[in-house]
Amino acid sequence: MKVEVRVYPKEGVLDPQGRAIASALVRLGHSGVQDVRAGKVFFVEVAGNDPSRAESEARKMAEELLANTVIEGFDVKVVS
Amino acid sequence: MKFAIVVFPGSNCDQDCYHVAHDLLGCEAEYVWHHDKDLKGADVVILPGGFAYGDYLRAGALARFSPVMESVAAFAAKGGPVLGICNGFQVLLEAGLLPGAVRVNRGLRYVCRDVHLKVQNVDTPFTRLYERGGVVRMPIGHMEGNYTASPEVLDRLERNGQVVFRYCDPEGRFADSANPNGADRAIAGIANREGNVVGLMPHPDRCAEAVLGNDAGIKMFESAVSALAER
Repeated sequence: MKVEVRVYPKEGVLDPQGRAIASALVRLGHSGVQDVRAGKVFFVEVAGNDPSRAESEARKMAEELLANTVIEGFDVKVVS
Repeated sequence: MKFAIVVFPGSNCDQDCYHVAHDLLGCEAEYVWHHDKDLKGADVVILPGGFAYGDYLRAGALARFSPVMESVAAFAAKGGPVLGICNGFQVLLEAGLLPGAVRVNRGLRYVCRDVHLKVQNVDTPFTRLYERGGVVRMPIGHMEGNYTASPEVLDRLERNGQVVFRYCDPEGRFADSANPNGADRAIAGIANREGNVVGLMPHPDRCAEAVLGNDAGIKMFESAVSALAER
């Protein structure tokens, strides 16, 4: 099964990367850009065909390694 | 008196630390490969700077799963002195041996230069020979040194005196312009509650002898020797 894990800076945590991208977008003429948060996506293939099991396992992976929960939040979605 | 210097794939300041402990202080020193669990009877453990595991995922994130880290955690839990320098500090944060995390520098650049630090806590085995409130100059070289933690954790660190070093200007004043990476409350180094685990972004190992133009860092190593001699 394929699981998608999105990891992003938590609300309220300064994201210097997102901020720099936002100001670059404004410079490019996208003057309506107000904020950008930059994160990562992991596409994880796991064996088996139980979506809820795959999801809970991916959630554990995010907590243990993929995200640093001090500064990052995450969400998990079974894609296929 | 024996120093163990942990070597991860990608560590690059291990020899600097060995040189300080062995050649400058005349102590026994041994490298410990990250796959080994045996700390070889060391009295002090140093996690050196570098790019453990290429800093893949996040700095320190993968190194934390090295077998040696179990031994380091057990050593720390028994009160053994552990010092994490730069990438070593990042590993201690990821391993949960110190609270908080580091983000990318606010300027989005690798910063490599000297900074000034105000010594805030001299009750750790790595800072007892410094003067409280004194200003020391040390080099930094990092991309992710922008320390952060939740406001509650930051307040707790302040209350318990766990902030060990703070960035300041040469006169010891705190100013945003003296903060090289945007770290919350200008924090450059912290200790755990017990004080035996210390981590900092600056490099005392790179300024430990006069021939390098600065020996401000040697006291961190000498402090450990003096702390152990008194035990």
